[in-house]
Amino acid sequence: MSMIGNAAFAALLLTSAATQALAASEADFKAAYEAAKTADNRAAALHNRWTTTEVALTAAKTAAAAGDFDAAIAAAKDAEALAKASIFQATREKERWKDAEIR
Amino acid sequence: MPVQVLILPLLAALALALLVHPAPAADAPNPVADAKAFKTYFATKFPKLKLEDFVNGPYSMSEDMRRQWQEKEQFPPYEFALEAGKQMFATPFKNGRTYADCFPNSGIGIRQNYPYFDEKQGKVVTLELALNRCREANGEALYSYVEDEMASLTAYMAFTSRGKPMNIKIPNDPRALEAYEDGKRYFYTRRGQLNFSCASCHIQGPGERLRAEILAPALGIMNALPIYRSEWGGMGTTSRRLITCNSQTRAVPLDPQSDEYRDLEYYLSYMSNGLPISGPGARP
Repeated sequence: MSMIGNAAFAALLLTSAATQALAASEADFKAAYEAAKTADNRAAALHNRWTTTEVALTAAKTAAAAGDFDAAIAAAKDAEALAKASIFQATREKERWKDAEIR
Repeated sequence: MPVQVLILPLLAALALALLVHPAPAADAPNPVADAKAFKTYFATKFPKLKLEDFVNGPYSMSEDMRRQWQEKEQFPPYEFALEAGKQMFATPFKNGRTYADCFPNSGIGIRQNYPYFDEKQGKVVTLELALNRCREANGEALYSYVEDEMASLTAYMAFTSRGKPMNIKIPNDPRALEAYEDGKRYFYTRRGQLNFSCASCHIQGPGERLRAEILAPALGIMNALPIYRSEWGGMGTTSRRLITCNSQTRAVPLDPQSDEYRDLEYYLSYMSNGLPISGPGARP
């Protein structure tokens, strides 16, 4: 193979690898976003969504729309963590609220 | 005679007595005791304040603020809303009827009876809800629960009740007691990323500063609504106040007049029974 041929082959491999990495990132984002939405829906069922979860979900979508999947995944994971914390809070408060009651 | 023969009837009688008169559970709902404990808490925390003074919110907690407020009351910022509300209240609907046709005593001097528990619907009815139901029944579009029209109407109605003691009743209906308990639970439940309950600010913190604000006591807090808030630059309804509180703790607010908010208003108003209506109020 000529030098030009080698260079073209290498470029093709690199392009292919880059495309695969991008595709994987988008799939990762979709999975991360789905996990965050599921947790947020559970929080909503408990009437205990947090505004910060909404903000993180919106940031994830915005970053994904701009093609920045690293930022999108990070924001989605933030959203999931916040939603899970709100679920924990709602579950704990089912009984704990009584501790604060004036009697 | 064997001992068992003597004891068994006694045990049976005891069991029957327990079934007929079960001992009250320690955490059985007791609104009267709750209200008494609530008032005692505040009276102990602020021994120099008269009970009826709590309806003045942060102005009852700080001498400086009280002086500012007294001067402001000479030209109260809610006056425009009061005038607008009076005019709206008297203006007939397209069918010729008015708000007065929807309420007892033609709607004058009745604010202290709201919210009430409607035994037909099995739900709490607030004044804001009753006003919109009146509009709906007369073929008018509903007002937003968080905007000026509702604030003006409720401001006028509150003004006609000034000085009358809050008079919330819990009828002998298990659903009413359940609504009261749900309101209480909502009040004490922590929510939002900041992990605050209504009680965190208005039970634990009255008189203290949270950033630039002096927190108002929960006792009497409903008696002053609706309120003009300098921070808002206008009047705010009870719904707006509750939604703002939720947002400030970073909790997604519920829909205005959702069951939870109505029950919360029911509980808090009941806690302030006997204290005078002071609305419309003005707050920083």
